Amino acid sequence: MKPTHFVLNGKKTEIASPPMSRLLDVLREELHLTGTKEGCGEGECGACSVLIDGEVVNSCLVPLAQVEGAEVRTIEGVIEDPRFKVLQSEFVAHGGAQCGICTPGMIVSSASLLEKNPHPRRDEIENALAGNLCRCTGYSKIIDSVEAASK
Amino acid sequence: MLKSTFVGKSVPRKEALSKITGAAKYIDDLSFPGMIHGVTVRSPVARGRLKKISFEGDLPWNEITQVTAKDIPGENCVAVILKEQPMLVDGMINHPEEPIVLLAHPDRALLEKARKNVKFEIEALPSVLSIDDALSKKAVVWGSDNILKSYLVEKGDISQAFAEADLIVEGEYTTGAQEQLYIEPNGMIAVANPKDGVTVWGSLQCPFYVHKALKTLFGLPDDKIRVIQVETGGGFGGKEDYPSLIAGHAALLAWKSGRPVKIIYDRAEDMAATTKRHPSRTRHKTAVTKEGKILGMDIDFVLDGGAYLTLSSVVLSRGTIHAPGPYVVPHVRIKSAAVATNTPPHGAFRGFGAPQSIFALERHLDVVAARLGLSPEEIRRRNFIHQGQQTATSQTIKEPVDFDKLMDRAFEMSHYHSKIKRFEIENKTSPIKKGIGFAAFMHGSGFTGSGEVYLASVAGVEATSEGRIRVLASSTEIGQGKNTVFAQIVADALCVDVGLVDVAQPDTSVVPNSGPTVASRTTSVVGKLVEDAAKGLQATLRQSGFLGESYTSAQFQEACLVYLEKFGSLKTLSQYKAPPGIFWDDEKYRGDAYGTFAWAVYVAEVSVDTRTFEVKVDDFVAVQEIGRVVNPLLAQGQIEGGVIQALGYAIYENVIWKDGRMANNRMTNYIIPTTMDVPRVQVHFEEVPYAYGAAGSKGIGELPMDGPAPAVINAIAHATGGDFKHIPLMPEDLMRILT
Amino acid sequence: MKTNAAEFDLRTPATLGEALALLGEPQGKWRPFAGGTDLMVLLESGNLMHKNFVNLRGFKELRGIEVSPQFVVLGALTTFSAIQENELIKKEFPCLVQAAAQVGAIAIQNRGTIGGNIGNASPAADSPPALLIYDAEIELMSTSGARWVSYDSFHTGYKKTLLGAGELISKIRLPRTTRASGRTVHYFRKVGARKAQAISKVSVAGWAHVEKGVIKEVRLALGSVAPTVVRGKNTENLLKGKVLSPALYEEARSILGGEISPISDIRSTDVYRKRIAQNLLSEFLEHVGLDQ
Repeated sequence: MKPTHFVLNGKKTEIASPPMSRLLDVLREELHLTGTKEGCGEGECGACSVLIDGEVVNSCLVPLAQVEGAEVRTIEGVIEDPRFKVLQSEFVAHGGAQCGICTPGMIVSSASLLEKNPHPRRDEIENALAGNLCRCTGYSKIIDSVEAASK
Repeated sequence: MLKSTFVGKSVPRKEALSKITGAAKYIDDLSFPGMIHGVTVRSPVARGRLKKISFEGDLPWNEITQVTAKDIPGENCVAVILKEQPMLVDGMINHPEEPIVLLAHPDRALLEKARKNVKFEIEALPSVLSIDDALSKKAVVWGSDNILKSYLVEKGDISQAFAEADLIVEGEYTTGAQEQLYIEPNGMIAVANPKDGVTVWGSLQCPFYVHKALKTLFGLPDDKIRVIQVETGGGFGGKEDYPSLIAGHAALLAWKSGRPVKIIYDRAEDMAATTKRHPSRTRHKTAVTKEGKILGMDIDFVLDGGAYLTLSSVVLSRGTIHAPGPYVVPHVRIKSAAVATNTPPHGAFRGFGAPQSIFALERHLDVVAARLGLSPEEIRRRNFIHQGQQTATSQTIKEPVDFDKLMDRAFEMSHYHSKIKRFEIENKTSPIKKGIGFAAFMHGSGFTGSGEVYLASVAGVEATSEGRIRVLASSTEIGQGKNTVFAQIVADALCVDVGLVDVAQPDTSVVPNSGPTVASRTTSVVGKLVEDAAKGLQATLRQSGFLGESYTSAQFQEACLVYLEKFGSLKTLSQYKAPPGIFWDDEKYRGDAYGTFAWAVYVAEVSVDTRTFEVKVDDFVAVQEIGRVVNPLLAQGQIEGGVIQALGYAIYENVIWKDGRMANNRMTNYIIPTTMDVPRVQVHFEEVPYAYGAAGSKGIGELPMDGPAPAVINAIAHATGGDFKHIPLMPEDLMRILT
Repeated sequence: MKTNAAEFDLRTPATLGEALALLGEPQGKWRPFAGGTDLMVLLESGNLMHKNFVNLRGFKELRGIEVSPQFVVLGALTTFSAIQENELIKKEFPCLVQAAAQVGAIAIQNRGTIGGNIGNASPAADSPPALLIYDAEIELMSTSGARWVSYDSFHTGYKKTLLGAGELISKIRLPRTTRASGRTVHYFRKVGARKAQAISKVSVAGWAHVEKGVIKEVRLALGSVAPTVVRGKNTENLLKGKVLSPALYEEARSILGGEISPISDIRSTDVYRKRIAQNLLSEFLEHVGLDQ
């Protein structure tokens, strides 16, 4: 099988899996990066959000062949980025995580937003996180966390 | 009185960082050497007799572990309250998606093919698919009358109320099923063999429920079964009883294959096969005076229990007791029943029967008020229960309760009165009709009736070899904040830093049975045991002479180490004892239904677009009295999250049934709110410390599920003048009713 | 992971020519694969029946937005996010931007493409009604060359299109229509079960050129009310050249009701869809009639 090459959390990576493999499965099962979660398998819940070339995507909807040459960042990479440390502390301070299963996806989507728009309005945060479903918080504390991180 | 250093503070969630960084390990994140995967083959029909199972297609069946009912070493049942539900179908099929065959293999894609190639020969039998079908005995699918459980609550003489009434108002209200939709689907890993017994790791709420089920399934002694809860991605009741099936299935496959077996449900399977909130039908007949005094409530409350009893008797019990609301009514009769239908069993979901009966009552009271020419506010104010008065089960309310104050506060925060005036003017000229509505309600803390006494929960604390304190309880962290709240309670009880307190991961081989993580009982009831155990541990240290009257955290740690050095272990357990003066009669269904109640008034403001009949909830105010607030940030999170989940129940979440099976079992067509659909919830707590709850606390987790649906529907009725009797109220229904 | 990815091929050819050659192979062995937001859902649910796909994602020829005095031309792989960021489209084709902003949520908009939205041929797709009211044309390309067809004629039945064997949607162009006088009205509204991440129950796009109270030109398009996205041509014909009046409103609603054929399904009912389509037409006409 022809290997696929991409940069994963800053490191060159080569994976010889079928081209139609879901990026989500490659990350979790081949590369053991389990911070990216699966909630629905159909691009609805956002638990599997990762960044490809800076854009947030649902990794359950991306076939491996389409990350050839791309830069992929998962929660494990995003959270190490000094620019986004503040998301960590603000999610803690504002109660942005409850059961935690949606949280890595929320952080990834929030990081993507802040990268493009460092000082978003509340409605812009809501729009940026509309694809990340949470069943615990009712969202307000997540939005509070992102808002605080952008201050 | 304890000194409060941490209770009352927004101490950060203990496991927050591991969740935020993605380091926390949920069940699907774990993998064991040699582990294979398991899948469940399920019934395609609602009811029938299984004649034959065949394994077809060009598949390597000899490599695939196959388990059917005949492979079960012990009893073929899911032991919860009764043992009526089989772990695997053996003859009779009673609902669609009922588990029949289990398969395991290392290759999941192959398993999917195999699952499709297990064929069943089934003699179809007539089925019952609704409350009406069940009550009219369209077919008899349970006992002689399809009644799983019934209750009768009586206070005073209802016929007297009707004789004295100026007005009698009747109404019928129905609620649909609701899917818990925790974002992490169900999953388990099992290791099982005759020598070591059975160990399971999983996403679950109640480790000892699973323990009991496995013990019965395998016929093994207590110490040969071990259940470990791993990080759990939400439960809401949905992981209360169903995990016992998944654990049983994974363990049976592990037992037969000799390898660790992982079963992870995908979303479609989770939604179709596992439990949901019971659909309900409530009939009210209310006797009132022309001044708005409620003389009598005659309530007929029915739940659709699904194919087996499972937890329906206790869900029905809570729904029944909450049906007359927080009002003092001289004459009450409540007849309630849970009926059997051929749908997957309905189960626990935050609120546990109360959201159904409270929706009916709080909607009905707006109707009664309108018939009397009173405001919705007046009819409640004239009937609120107060300290010293009796509920429908003749429970005397012992603690202070001031509903007028809660209502005043909620109306002030929501600008209720000025908005009523404003909307009246604005609605005349706008296609967007605005409305405001509310609900007043209560939620009993802990198990109903004698439940806590029967449970006789035990929890404890121990000192570790590092001189740290570890809380021992089977109560699970499912996002609600148990780890943090227990640490706060123990830190204050011991007068040490909260950072010194760890909370043991629930593992039935390590922790005592502190009961299930349900019924808004963890903070208040189990927290109290933990608090008492901590005080006991402190007393032991003092008696030993290693701990003085006042001390620092470091001195405390040192005292623990010295004690351990000398005596080897330092551990204190505490067992539940009912608060004094509590009495419950299970026969007559009378007495102190709950140790205490949390009380609330919720106000919703909505916009209804009369072009599209879409509803937007613009503002929401949640005012409640929940005893002492242990952790304001976490408590707010509980209320906000519960309110939004309940908004879903009211206007978004519509389970569509086809032949007893959920037809819209995907996140694309079962709609829960997104960030774009929700208001910011304004939360306010009144604090009246409850003497018998940990640090003065009452239960909180389920409360926010009870009030939002009637508040929102009352607001929509206010906006449009429509008479709405069913939730979820979808735009299609609104259009039909209003045009 | 319930599907064996090894049973599928997703080939990434070096050039567009090679891709077209694969797509031109007999029996339609190969099919195009763009953003994957529809196909990957089918893959995981075990409903992706076709096995061989050509990965188009790398081809720059199929990307980008070009502007000429006559047209705005979008490469078929233009994502919904890219559409929303384009200033000219925002100004001249606002309904397309509104539609793009309501496709799924951001992660889908970053990945989903306009060509895929057209090619998937769902009657509930979000961008097609906007393309219809802007008189879009689409370029179909194959090894034997390229042809432009009017988008209005493209969908021929439920999931049926004009796409011939070996053909690929390569470009979409929107004629830049400026009117010397009068006023133009752009209207788009999608009604879904919630505000984001929703599949439309009904969507309506409308464009009109009004001069001195007379509707000089009008185009109306609807989603989720027929086997394909549709133009409301009978309604357009009624309105064209007329002065708006309450009676005309009512007649237009009635004509529209007669030319759409919504169904009841898991998402909504025929009655609701028809009524809401009519109500949205009224809302559009209210915009048309403003400031007369």
